Amino acid sequence: MTVIAFVLLFSAACLGYVLNLSAARSLRAGGARLHSLGSFHGGFAALLVLVPTFLFVVLWLVFQAPVIDRMTMAALPPGTLDGLETGAVQLILAEIKSIAGGRIFGTPELWKLAAADHLTGLRALSANLMVGLTAALALVLLVIARRTVAPDFRARQGTEGIIKGLMIFCSTVAIFTTIGIIASLVFETMRFFQMVPWHEFLFGTTWEPQMPIRADQIAATGAFGWLPVFLGTLVITVVALVFAVPVGLLSAIYLNEFASPGFRRIAKPVLEILAGVPTVVYGFFAVLTIAPALRSFGEMTGLPIAPNTAMAAGLVMGVMLIPFISSFADDALSAVPRTLRDGALALGATRAETVMNVLFPAAIPGIVGGVLLAVSRAIGETMIVVMAAGLIAKMTVNPLDSVTTVTVQIVTLLIGDTSFDSPKTLAAFALGFMLFVVTLGINVLALGIVRKYREVYD
Amino acid sequence: MTDLRIVERTVENHANKITARGVQVHYGDKHALKDVDVDILDKTVTAFIGPSGCGKSTFLRCLNRMNDTVATARVKGDIRIDGVDIYDRRVDPVQLRAKVGMVFQKPNPFPKSIYDNVAYGPKIHGLTRNKAEMDAVVETSLRKAALWNEVKDRLQDSGTSLSGGQQQRLCIARAVATSPEVLLMDEPCSALDPIATAQVEELIDDLRSQFSVVIVTHSMQQAARVSQRTAFFHLGHLVEYGETGNIFTNPRDPRTESYITGRIG
Ligand SMILES: Nc1ncnc2c1ncn2[C@@H]1O[C@H](COP(=O)(O)OP(=O)(O)O)[C@@H](O)[C@H]1O
Ligand SMILES: [Mg+2]
Repeated sequence: MTVIAFVLLFSAACLGYVLNLSAARSLRAGGARLHSLGSFHGGFAALLVLVPTFLFVVLWLVFQAPVIDRMTMAALPPGTLDGLETGAVQLILAEIKSIAGGRIFGTPELWKLAAADHLTGLRALSANLMVGLTAALALVLLVIARRTVAPDFRARQGTEGIIKGLMIFCSTVAIFTTIGIIASLVFETMRFFQMVPWHEFLFGTTWEPQMPIRADQIAATGAFGWLPVFLGTLVITVVALVFAVPVGLLSAIYLNEFASPGFRRIAKPVLEILAGVPTVVYGFFAVLTIAPALRSFGEMTGLPIAPNTAMAAGLVMGVMLIPFISSFADDALSAVPRTLRDGALALGATRAETVMNVLFPAAIPGIVGGVLLAVSRAIGETMIVVMAAGLIAKMTVNPLDSVTTVTVQIVTLLIGDTSFDSPKTLAAFALGFMLFVVTLGINVLALGIVRKYREVYD
Repeated sequence: MTDLRIVERTVENHANKITARGVQVHYGDKHALKDVDVDILDKTVTAFIGPSGCGKSTFLRCLNRMNDTVATARVKGDIRIDGVDIYDRRVDPVQLRAKVGMVFQKPNPFPKSIYDNVAYGPKIHGLTRNKAEMDAVVETSLRKAALWNEVKDRLQDSGTSLSGGQQQRLCIARAVATSPEVLLMDEPCSALDPIATAQVEELIDDLRSQFSVVIVTHSMQQAARVSQRTAFFHLGHLVEYGETGNIFTNPRDPRTESYITGRIG
């Protein structure tokens, strides 16, 4: 039935286009001077029919399910649901639905069968109603659109107005989604802070989010100090950047200034492939290659190296960031105008002097912006650290120790049986919120730096 | 073209600074410069004129080996400065460019302070021993470029914050600071307004007392105003070369005459 509704509304739109177009043409054939081209009259009709009808169908599809559920439950014999909790009521509804869908387990009570029949009937009614109303609406709009055709009707402005409205709507979708995400994050974080005081979370140095699940269970009460977790994120980020920034920058400088065109033709796509590798694959690399290598290095030298180390995760994350940094730096260097390069060379600067003294400073804003974006990627990176860093939160800055990160903790807090009302799960939202705040701050800083110090070459 | 104001020219006999014989330049398959012979005098302003694309810039870039930085360019022939073949394997282009300064069509100050812009050349060539000497070099260079009075209180401002004409004079100061013997200028006034152009032209006339100046220009009035000798290029050939007054009043080659009277261009 949904398909029929959509076919109906699209054919109505096409019909509107054709009708108005031919009406406009016949007006013109009759000698009238039209304000707008015939195709604008057609387009206006098509959009006038399409947009409201489409919205109607979508809204109907969204709201029919809850309404039907309500009506089904309301039609149950009186007293059936008395004294039941929400969970139990949900269970009954689910059972009725599966009966209506033809999956019957055991021998259900008669009133459930009756309710399922009622549900099926309601669904059929809703579908028919939707198609009927769609047709009616489309027809009404068709008539309205057809009556607009007149020599001085500004169909072009009308069409452009509707299209502009659509574009505004599309561009705000992303904004509203972001606002929604932030709102839910803030909301859950507030609930967390009702259970755990905010200063304990922000300044606490112990992270042990295990909570007793049953009242008689013996377990620690749980400690929610985020500092050790955040410190872990910082250690890994620093390791990654210490590795990635010099390598990325030098490779960008080499590719941009010294490499032969042939080498550049090969090396750039290879770097881009590196950027396209899924992070989970980097995770394998960290676990299977880097971590054992570090371990055997530790055995050889007698250094105490934990099985899961910040070093392994950080190094691999660094590899992941290299193409990111290098492509940013490459773009920034290429954006420095050729005249500056020529100016330095003509003064008798060597290639290296030109790069270091003139091109690099001119490209610094772009490079800093790239590095800061790399930082916020490193902080938010999840898969590599889940696989290669540890799970134990420690107040340590030793990269050869096992650390855990904010993202790892969010994952582990939300894995398994969770109910969203214990501090354990809500802590994940608080961590997510902090992560969001930190990366947002870094991104704002990056954009600010890029904008403030960018040289404008005309 | 009777309005050309031909300045009085002291026809002193200066020595040859640059001698070029049989210079050919190819960009890939394109033959951009064909068999150019020219003698450029010391302490003289030499103007290169000609329709655009005729190879003026190309020849200019041969003189400080900037064509080396163009991957497709190949230079043949013999170019000597003070008798030394600059394309000899023993000549370091980096040192050559300290001796042969260049000013470009568009002002291209580095995104550094005014002071650092001028000090850059002396610094990389190690021409000064201490800060006081560097200060002196910066000041004299800016004075030679007639910019000192305008910027002496704001030497730490960015070079890019100056106006177009000031930027171009800053670039001249920057080139002058390495004490070159030859100054190459590729259409140095084409991005400037008439007032800035007049300032730069006046400056070029002053610079003549110390350097051999070669200027590419698309304005024949400018060539007439600032130069003592003029070379006319056409389609990669050096068509005519001689004293500026003679070239403008009494050209020998019909192509030069048509260009000067505006029939080709
Ligand atoms: N880098 C280059 N690569 C290929 N061809 C070039 C290059 N530079 C200049 N040319 C060509 O060489 C010819 C001479 O150019 P140029 O010396 O810039 O002329 P002018 O300065 O007299 O206008 C032109 O035809 C131009 O297209
Ligand atoms: Mg040119």
